[in-house]
Order: sequence, then C-alpha cells, then structure tokens
Amino acid sequence: MDDSVSAPHFLKPLLRTPFHRRARPLCQVEEFIAWAGYSTVDVFTTMEQEYFAIRNAATLYDLTPMVKYRIAGPDALDYLNRLITRDVTKLKVGRVAYCIWCDDAGLLIDDGTLFRLSEREFRLCTAMRQIDWLAAAAIGFDVVVEEVTEQVAALALQGPTSASVLRAAGLDAAMRLKPFEIGHFEAGAAPVMISRTGYTGDLGYELWMNPADAEAVWDLLMTAGRTWGLRPIGSRALNVARLEAGFLSPNVDFLSALHTIRVGTGRNPFELGLDWLLDFGKGHFNGRRALEQVRRAGPSVRLVGLDIDGNKPAHDALIYAGASARRRLGAVTSAVWSPTCKRNIALAIVDASHAALGSTVWVEIYLNRELVWERRMARARVVDRVFFAPERRRATPPADF
Amino acid sequence: MSARTAPRREHDAIIVGAGHNGLVAACYLARAGLDVLVLERNPFVGGAAVSRRLYGEFTYSNCSYVCSLLRPEIIRALELPKFGLQIIPYEGGCTMMRDGGHLALYDNHDALRREIGRHSKRDAEAYERYSRDVMRQCKFIKPMLMREPPDPTSFKPRDIAELLFLARRFHGLGERRMADTLRFWTMSAADFLDEYFESEIVKAHFAGSSIIGTALGPRSPGTAYVLLHHYMGDIDDTVGAWGFARGGMGAISNALAASFGASGGRIRADAPVARILVKGGRTRGVVLEDGEELAARLVLSNLDVRRTFLRTMDPQDLPPDFLRQVRNFKIRGSSGKLNIALDGLPRFPAIPPESPCTRGDMHVTDTIEMMERAYDDWKDGRWSRAPYIDMLIPSQIDPTMAPNGKHYMSVFVQYCPYELAEGPWNDTRRRAFGDTVIETIARHSPGFKDLILHAEIRTPWDIENEVGLTEGNIFQGELTMDQLLFNRPIPGYAQYRTPVAGVYLCGSSAHPGGGVMGAPGANAARAVLRDLGRKAAA
Amino acid sequence: MSAAGGVPRYDCIVIGAGHNGLACAALLARAGRGVLVLEAAERIGGAAATREFFPGYRVSAGAHLLHSLSADLRRDLRLDSHGLAAAATHMPTTSLLQGLAPLRIDAQGAGAEAGAYADYEARMRRFAGALAPALERTPPRLGAGRLSDRIELLRLGLRLRRLGRRDLRELLRIGGMNAFDWLNENFGSEPLKGALAFDAVLGTNFGPRSPGTVLTLLYRLAGQRIAGDAGLWQPVGGMGAVCAALAGAASAAGAVVRTATPVERVWIEGDRAVGVVLADGARIGAGTVISSADPKTTLLRLVGARHLDTDFVRRTTHFRARGLAAKLHLALDGVPRFAGLDADGLGGRLLIAPSMRYIEHAYDHAKYGEFSREPVLEITVPSVNDGTLAPPGKHVLSAILQYAPYAAGGGWDLQRPRLLKSAIDSMARFAPGLESQIVAAELLTPPDLERELRITGGHWHHGDLAFDQFFFVRPVPGATQYRSPVAGLFLCGAGSHPGGGVMGIAGRNAAREVLQGRG
Repeated sequence: MDDSVSAPHFLKPLLRTPFHRRARPLCQVEEFIAWAGYSTVDVFTTMEQEYFAIRNAATLYDLTPMVKYRIAGPDALDYLNRLITRDVTKLKVGRVAYCIWCDDAGLLIDDGTLFRLSEREFRLCTAMRQIDWLAAAAIGFDVVVEEVTEQVAALALQGPTSASVLRAAGLDAAMRLKPFEIGHFEAGAAPVMISRTGYTGDLGYELWMNPADAEAVWDLLMTAGRTWGLRPIGSRALNVARLEAGFLSPNVDFLSALHTIRVGTGRNPFELGLDWLLDFGKGHFNGRRALEQVRRAGPSVRLVGLDIDGNKPAHDALIYAGASARRRLGAVTSAVWSPTCKRNIALAIVDASHAALGSTVWVEIYLNRELVWERRMARARVVDRVFFAPERRRATPPADF
Repeated sequence: MSARTAPRREHDAIIVGAGHNGLVAACYLARAGLDVLVLERNPFVGGAAVSRRLYGEFTYSNCSYVCSLLRPEIIRALELPKFGLQIIPYEGGCTMMRDGGHLALYDNHDALRREIGRHSKRDAEAYERYSRDVMRQCKFIKPMLMREPPDPTSFKPRDIAELLFLARRFHGLGERRMADTLRFWTMSAADFLDEYFESEIVKAHFAGSSIIGTALGPRSPGTAYVLLHHYMGDIDDTVGAWGFARGGMGAISNALAASFGASGGRIRADAPVARILVKGGRTRGVVLEDGEELAARLVLSNLDVRRTFLRTMDPQDLPPDFLRQVRNFKIRGSSGKLNIALDGLPRFPAIPPESPCTRGDMHVTDTIEMMERAYDDWKDGRWSRAPYIDMLIPSQIDPTMAPNGKHYMSVFVQYCPYELAEGPWNDTRRRAFGDTVIETIARHSPGFKDLILHAEIRTPWDIENEVGLTEGNIFQGELTMDQLLFNRPIPGYAQYRTPVAGVYLCGSSAHPGGGVMGAPGANAARAVLRDLGRKAAA
Repeated sequence: MSAAGGVPRYDCIVIGAGHNGLACAALLARAGRGVLVLEAAERIGGAAATREFFPGYRVSAGAHLLHSLSADLRRDLRLDSHGLAAAATHMPTTSLLQGLAPLRIDAQGAGAEAGAYADYEARMRRFAGALAPALERTPPRLGAGRLSDRIELLRLGLRLRRLGRRDLRELLRIGGMNAFDWLNENFGSEPLKGALAFDAVLGTNFGPRSPGTVLTLLYRLAGQRIAGDAGLWQPVGGMGAVCAALAGAASAAGAVVRTATPVERVWIEGDRAVGVVLADGARIGAGTVISSADPKTTLLRLVGARHLDTDFVRRTTHFRARGLAAKLHLALDGVPRFAGLDADGLGGRLLIAPSMRYIEHAYDHAKYGEFSREPVLEITVPSVNDGTLAPPGKHVLSAILQYAPYAAGGGWDLQRPRLLKSAIDSMARFAPGLESQIVAAELLTPPDLERELRITGGHWHHGDLAFDQFFFVRPVPGATQYRSPVAGLFLCGAGSHPGGGVMGIAGRNAAREVLQGRG
C-alpha cells in the first residue's frame, strides 16, 4: 500500500481513487490535477494521443471523483421533483436523465445525471459537493440524502470501439443498453452497474462498482481492450471532447449560484440554453416562480456556440459587435481547436441581441508569436453548440467501431 | 493653562499620539506637503502596536498581536515594505477540546474540508456557504471602510450623494441579500452560526472572533458584525494579508515612523500633551505637561474620544450636549493580555505532532456556552474563570522574536474587566488573573508552567495606564450598532471633525473602528486635506 | 358560501380565530366577502382568550393586559358595541422592592429623578410617535423595485426627518442600543431602571444588556400610541372579551366562525391556494386563504416544503420563535396582601424586576436552559377590577414569568413544580401568607403554550422581535407584506409585521392587502 494513503489529511489533502495504483504507473508525464478532493491524472502520454483515442478507438477514464449522492426513501421522488427542473416522475427505473437544478432565484446550481435505481432509490452524480443544499432541500421530506462518492468507484469507457471492449470483456449482455439506460452485469467476478452515458458525445459507457473490485475491473477492461486500441486518458483530452459535444463545464461555462459572491454573476437556464430542461407544467420545483418571470421577460444574455475564423483558440477572449471593438457583447467561457471538426470552436456568453444562430460577432484574441504578442479581432459566427455528434453514439446495438 | 514659552513656529499639524492611526494620518499629511509634528507620551512610538523587550532577548508584541486588518492601500501608499514591514501569514489555527480532541483550520481547501468533516460532514460543506456569505458582506462593506460615513440627518449635497450611493448599493443587493446584510449587522454570533453549523466545536471556533474586544457575549445581538469586522482582512484577494508582522507589531509602527520621517515629518517621544489649546472656537496648538506650548493650525488626536475631549481639552471649549454624548460613549475594556517568554516549545497533546495548525491562533474554548459564561463573569465584575484565549507562538515562524530554541507566546484574554467588583486592581489580583490564564493553558499543555521564564500580565487597567486607551478598550470604543458608521463616535461628528475648528479625531474611536487597520487615520487625513482644499497622495 | 361539486366554497377562509384572524375576518366580511373562520380549538381566542383553569376561576390565558389594541380597529369594528368594555384603564405600574416601599412608576415615583424621567418620557413619546405609523402600515418591500414601495419608504424617511436633526440623531443612535446602557445614560436609580427595563425585555429573548432592547422598548411605546394612549387596560371578562367582540363584529358582518375544526393543510392547485383540507379530509374551497397561524406552522406544515423554495424554507426554519415566558395562574381564597400597596396599586400591574442586574441574572440562567430562583414577574390581580373572574370574595392572580426557557434542563415535568415554587416564594416575599391563600395553581411553560395555543415554540409574538425579524423582513424575505410565495395565500398573524401584542394590526393590514387584490 502507498504510504501516503495513511498520511493525515493536513499533510496529504488529496485522496487517491481505487484506480490510483493502476493509473499512476501508466502516467508517463506525471501530470496530475486535483478534482473534487482527489488526485487524478490530467495527461497520461500526450493530450493528442488520448483525444484521438476518444474519437477513434476506446478510452478509460477514472470517474471516481464525480460526486455521487444516494437519495432514497418514501419521498425520494417528490424530493427530486422539487429539486430538479425536469419531471422526474417520467424517469423510469433503470434509466438515467441529464438534469439541472436551481436556487430560489432560478440561477443554476449545478447539472448532473440522475439514475433511477429503483422506485424509491436514486443516484445523483454531480460535479461538486453540495450536501449543504441537498440537505436543506430535504427539509419537510421523508428522504435520506447521503454522499456515496467513496463507496462507488467509477470508470468511463468511451469511444467508437467501447462496445467491442465490453464484449471482449465478456459483457455482451450490455449491448442491449440504449442511451441513458442502466444494466447490472458481472465483469469477471465483480458485479458492475453499467450505464450508457458519457461526457464525450460519442459512443460510450460508464461502469460503477465496489471500490474493492476496482482494480480487477480495470485489469479486465485493459486486457480486453488491447486489440481495440483502448488507452487510459486524463482530464485534458476529455475537456476537448466535451467541448466538441457542446457539454457545459461547471465553474468554467457557468458558476454555481451557491458560489457566487457578486450580484449578477449567476446564470439561469434560459441564459445557458438549458430551458428545454424546465417543466413548468409538472408542479412546483425550486426556482420555478423566479423562472416564470425570466420566461416572460426573456434572458438578457445567452450561452452560444461560436465558430471562429483562424485556428487560434479564443481562451478568455472578450467579444464585440464589430471589429472596432467598441460595443462589448460578452466573453468566451471555453475555447479549443477541434481536432475532429477542424474548426476553431468556443462556448461564449453573449448579449441576447447577438445570440441568434448565424449572428456575426468579433472575438479579441491575443497571439503569442515567439513571445511577440499581437492582438487580432477574429470574426465568429454563432452556431449550434453541439459541434460534433456522430450517429454511432445512438445506435443500439452499437456497431463494432 | 498659561504658556511658559512663546511658540517658536506654527506647525501645519500636530498629531497627538504616535499610535498606528496617528502615524498613518501623519504620513498622509506629510506626503501632501504639510509640516507635521507627532507627539508621543511614551518613550517609544506605536501606542498599542508595539514590540518591546522586557525580558532578555525576547521581543513581545505587547498589545495587538496580529496584522489582519491593515488596509493594503495604506501599506502601498505609504511604501511600508520599503520601510521594513514584512507580513508573514499564519499556517493554520485550532481549538483544543476538553475531551482531548481538536479542530484545526488549514489553508488547503481539501484538508480543511476533511478536517471539519471529522466533526461533521455537513458542516464541512456548510463552511462554504458560510464563507460565501461572509465574503458577500465584506464585499458590500469594503468600500465603506475607506470613506467618510454620511450624516443621515444632513442635507448637504455630499452627504446626500453619499447616502444615495449607499442606498443604491444596498438596493442593488436585492431583497434576500439585503435581509442577509441586516442579519449580519444585527444578529448574535451564536444565532448566526446556528444557521450554518451543527457541530458545537465548529461553532465555538468561529464564534471566537465575535467577542474579541467587545462588551458582549456570543449570544448578544450585534456580535455577528464583530465577527465580520475581523474578517475584513480577508477581503482583498492579495496574498498574505493575514499574519504576523515580522519583528512583532512594532514593526508596523516603526515602518510608519520611518515612512513619516522620509517625508520630512518629525516625532517627539516623551512629550505628553496636557491640553489641546483653543481660542475663539479654533485650535491653535497644544501644551505639553511640562508647560511647553506648541503652535499648530491643526491638531489631530489619535487618542480615544473620551480621552481627547474629557482629559485633553477644556470643557469650556466644547458644547455641553457634545460633552454629554462623549461621556456616554461606551468604551468598556474587556480584554487582557499575557506575554510569555518560554524556555522551549510547549507541547499540546491534542494536536497531531506534524500539524501546522499550532503555527497560527490556538484556542481552548470548545463551546459557545463556555464563551457566554465567560462573558457572564465579566458582567459581574470578575475576570472569566474559564476565559476565552487566543494564543499564538510567533517565534515558531518569526526568528526575530525569541532566542533560538526559545519561544515567545502571546495570549489574548477575553474577558477581563476594567473595574473589579472585589476592589481595585493590584499586584495580587493581577497575578491571580495571570494564574487563571496560565492554568487554562496548562490544562492543555502538560509542563507548560515549567517552561515559563517571564510573563507580562496586562489587565484593561494596565492598558489604560500604559497605552492610554480609556478603560483599556482595545477598539477605542465598543463596536456596537449605536457606535458604528454615522454614529461613531458621536452622531453628527462621524466625519473625523469635531466641534472645535481645526481639531480632528484620527484614532479608532472614529469610523470604521478598531483593530490595526489604519483606516481611521487615513480617512481623517483625507478629511483634513479636503478641508484645506488639497488632494491626498494616491 | 356556495358549493360546487359537493365542495363548499367561500371567498375567504381565515385559519385561526385569534384576535388577528378575527380582525381580518371581520374586515373582509364587512367589505362584502364571504368569510369562513376555522379554529382548531374548542373555543375562539388563541393567545387572547379567557380560561377557566379551576372551577369558578377565570384568567386571561395568554396576554393579560391590553396596551396596544389598535384604536382605529376598535372604532372601525365598533368593538364596544360588541361587548368590549374596560374593567380598568390607565392601570398603574408598581415595582415591588425587597426591604423598600414599592415604587410607583410615574413622574412622582421617579422621586429625585422626576425631571430626568419627565425628559425621558417626553423624548420616548416623540420617538414612539414617529415610529407608530410605521407600525400601523404595511412595510415597503425593499429590492422589489415597485414604485409604491419606494414611495412608502420615502414617506417613512420624511416622517423620521420631521423629528428634527437632534431627535433623529438620537433615535438613530439608540435604535440599536441595549436598554441597560440607555437607561444608565438617563437615570441613576436602580429600581426605576429595573422597572423600565422590564418593558424592554418582556416577551423577548433578551436581557437588558442585549443590544436591540431599546428597539423592543420603542416598539411597545409605539404600540401604546396606536392604542390611542389608553395606557394599560383590562377588559371586562378577561382577554377573551376582545376576541368575543371581534367575533361578534365578524359574525354581524356575515362571517362564519367554526371552532373545533383543525385545518390539516392548505389546498394548493396550480401553485395557487384554492382552499383548505381539514383534519377529517374534507375540503373547503376559497378564493383566498389567510392564515393567522405562526409562520412556521403556516408555511412548513399547512403549505409544506414541496410548494416552496429551498432557501425560503431554510430561512423559515431559522425564524427564531422560541418562547421565553411562562404564564402563572393562581386561584386565591382571598385578596393577596402585597405590603405597601393601596387598592389602586393592587388593581394595577406589579413587577418583580428590582434592578437591571436582577433581570440580567434571570436572563443568564435562561440562556443555559435553567431558570432563576429569583424570577422576573409581571403580576396582575384582575379579579380586583373585574368580579366576573372569580367567585365572590375570591381572587385570581395572573403573572407572566419572564425567562422560562423553552427547553429546560432535565425537562419541564421535573422543573415545572420547582419553577412554580420559586415564583410563589418570590411573590410571597412581598405578599405574606400568599401560599396559604392558594386554592389552585397552574403554570404554563413555553412548551405548554406551544401545545395549548398551537404556536410553534410557544412564543407570544410568534417570533422574536429583533432587527433581522422586523419590519420589512418579518417574518422572512419572500413572505413579507402579508403575502406568501403561493398565490392566494396570505399571512395575518403576529409572525407578520408589526408582530405580537394584542394589536390587531397584522390582521387588519392583511385584510387590506387581500382587498387591494395585488395577491
């Protein structure tokens, strides 16, 4: 056992995941990041190799630090229906839903995935810890809300050959899973729950297991995936894939309303283009009365996808109405050169007046040319923020690759 | 008071008292080109921000002991780092519990979450809501610190503009945050913390700063504000704002004095001021206790409002109603201080040996009830039998404070009354008070008493006598609603000006109040310069 | 009333037949609304009721004196023609002092400090006068950006400015102060300060040294202004007579009052209150539901968290509403013999609050779930003024015991007899032989009041009167101006502005808001 595991928290604040002993030796460049209290790999070999494995073969990503809550009890459904903006009564047992929840002012707290494990038991997976809010939301409900992050190890198996890897690992039964469906299987001797979900916008699965089985499952998949191009990936490559898929990243594309200090920095679902997740007809949910008002007035800013001229990613760039940079419209929240689409893409918050698809805006980019800095105003078009969505992600049963 | 010698020359301004606020004001005025003289009663400068050697090679921060609130804009404008000021951050903090457990605070976010989580997982995350709400309030209050509070009864354009500024800020918060602001300004720390935390030790740890220097208990309404007041140092995103001044708190005063000197200012120590002279409703200088008269167009008093007007001015020179209000100004002392020279580093069995949390502030009060009971003692004219103490061993971090291998410990004690019910303070009672404190520490540190080489024991009575703070109140006046903002120190005189033309207050009796913040001094200097039609240096 | 699909329907349903609920109902009915009042208890009155605690002996169950009943309300609803009459008015206050003659609190009683007392009295009256209109009106809702709210705020500001600079400065200073410092600034006499401080802490969770107690004192004085300066007075038949008169006015206007009908929850459909569901499952429809229950009961129990937002619920749970006062009732077989009191004095209000320090010590005990052996008491012998309350020649004594903690260490079953004994001993020191006169005794602790009166925490004012629970934020942001987050549901109890005391203002203002139809 690694001696640092037993080191006290004030000397080693970050936890290790159950996959750490497998992942660490494979991490060639020693690049780790802190994620929700855990130390995880940012890059194993190179970001490019890992990214192309997502789009071309299969990848294994340690998802354990994803914060997981067990929500169970007679009022679990009512509780969630009040917490979450979607109609949870429509979520069948064995299904997963992408969902969001808001504070009283209708500002987004977080997004996540909700698993319905049984009639009265759910699992909510979120980016950040928030038991303070979830517990406050439980006042008046007969429900147990507990964090189970440390009790559940998780791996994301993503990429066009991911189904093939599962089959090679003896998990043929998982081929029946439709997108957002959950199944329970045996991986070798280990019971695993598999959901057909992911954060890459590609074909993929997420595997949930007992931490004691974590290494065995890792080994099983890595062995099975040898001929299918499977490789472990870190967070940096995943971030490129999620941006191509148009997924939001908390604390990057929006700041949780639980963490804003200044007035006006929170974002509501209309602004973030998540209003399709609001169900005003289902009865009360948190923030509904405030959101009714927003719905009537309309949002003043919108999160949009941008397709930017040139190939320099527009990190932290300000956005203007014209090349003269006189009227500010907003700012880029995430930007990357999309290796698959060969487009210079970004997510950005812009004034609602320029949020319609096809609008033209100007992005202020700083270029570092051998330490000589230049400022460039690049033209950009407002586009659908789902930049890459291959059909293979939906096919059931999935194709071989 | 008759003049023995005719004034030789008229200074632009005389500052009475070389405390940190007096020096800050002096620096700003000197930098604006004024001829400024600072007069100090003691042979050393600094007031309550001093480093002194009373025993061997040990340096004590005799009174104030932490540099948490000093405004960064002042440090920068007066170039204090150039004049020797270095601030070294704490590495943690802790409360030791009677059952042998402890709660530590760590800088690292994850370490802190796990640490609080040992006591309550819920509290570990509620702490984020707590920090957020505190920061929201600090952001709201921050611009008010370095401004003159407007007079809400005035129709002057400046006051009305300032009131509108505040009203707009307040209005911009929206209903919920407005209500939160009201909660902060008026609630008791105990009720306030109850809205966040479930664990008694977590509440007790955070409640500590709500009572420091006050005549209130943690259950008294208004203490949530005091809590906030102590967080003001955290508002600026600048690194290292909270910590030890290298060389003790005197390093701040010395840097200020050096900055002042570099701008051509002069300080006279051992020069106690007897009276601020007034003629025709306007000051013309001061007279020292030895009768020497010093002429000045302006006099800025760094003394507290009671001492300034009741002991350093002729009542005839002041309106009776104003004097009545000065007499009613609440300035009860409630804090004591022990400075201890130690032969070695004390052991605290409750704390894991490698934990850095002892290199910060350490406490032994593990429930709010303990704090409240400590307050009950004070109300009855006793020092607390189980006092709240805030102890630090700066020599662990700052090598200049004690000989190598030896240590200096600063112990702030809440509550200790200015007047004892049993009779006046004397050596016996002072020693008994010191023993109470030492016993309190020794309960958590076996062998502590054997390490003690020397101890300086300071009661509010001592603080008044040496530093000149009336009743030993460390904030130059209690931080209660009736004495904050436009009420501080006296309604209608909250803008550093006084009924006597040319006399200004520049000490902590004025807005925004106590702590080694420097804001009253800087604001007073700005008021002076505006009255002179000049602009302050940036 | 109408009935559609078998469900009876009214324009308005008022939950709770306390004085605020009845006042609200009477005004709504008078404006032509069909009103049904539903009371859970067997009798009307809530905390303003008359209670027969022993056969033949009756007392006011909660509040036992009137000082702030709205004079406008009394006139508008013609309560006097519905049977409200005074058994005594301008009742004097006398402070009982160990080893000293009792101190009568007025300019004469202030003795050597008569001048200071007169100045103090006059100034406090000016302050109270400036604040009284704010107490009477619906507070503005800040931050909502409505013009009417801004105008209301401006009116308030101008009214305060009319005090003049000197008084305004003083008011802004003392508004946040504690009674201890304020009274020390004004007086030297400990007995006088103790007696005056008593009014600052009665019904609060504070001691004299707690900041905010000048506010509670001003609140009480402003309430007296609203009452048209009738001073302290005692209605014939006890406090129940107020509610009987209000019920009479309501009934005369066509309102229906139904007792022994507990409401289980507010019936909500499509985010709108459309009626109530009774404990037996029956539904009654209504265009508007107005609850005079305390905010926690209304919002958390009758509405329920699922219809509300999380932070709002959290704030509601944080509404501080733990009572700190107990009520003591004694049936006596003769008139109690308080030493040094004349008949006039005995017919008034007696205090055991000899000094601020005495009060503070009693408070100190309560902070830790204990009670003082030297309790703070407000005593009346109402049968002296009103023969209907006790059999001929017999008497009842009614006392409010300040500083009885909600959660007593060891539990109230253990502590109740001890506290009762302390209280009786304490009074017997001034009224020799009192113990032997006692026919029956009853002590209602905060948990008893919670159970009997269905007020969460047993708090007389439904919630602490403190800055963060006062005026435009009472009870909590999101439920101010007598509205709730649920359309069609209003609040009209003491948990709303202006708070407790038998004023009727919350009920009246809520009725006005309903009638203005901005809900």
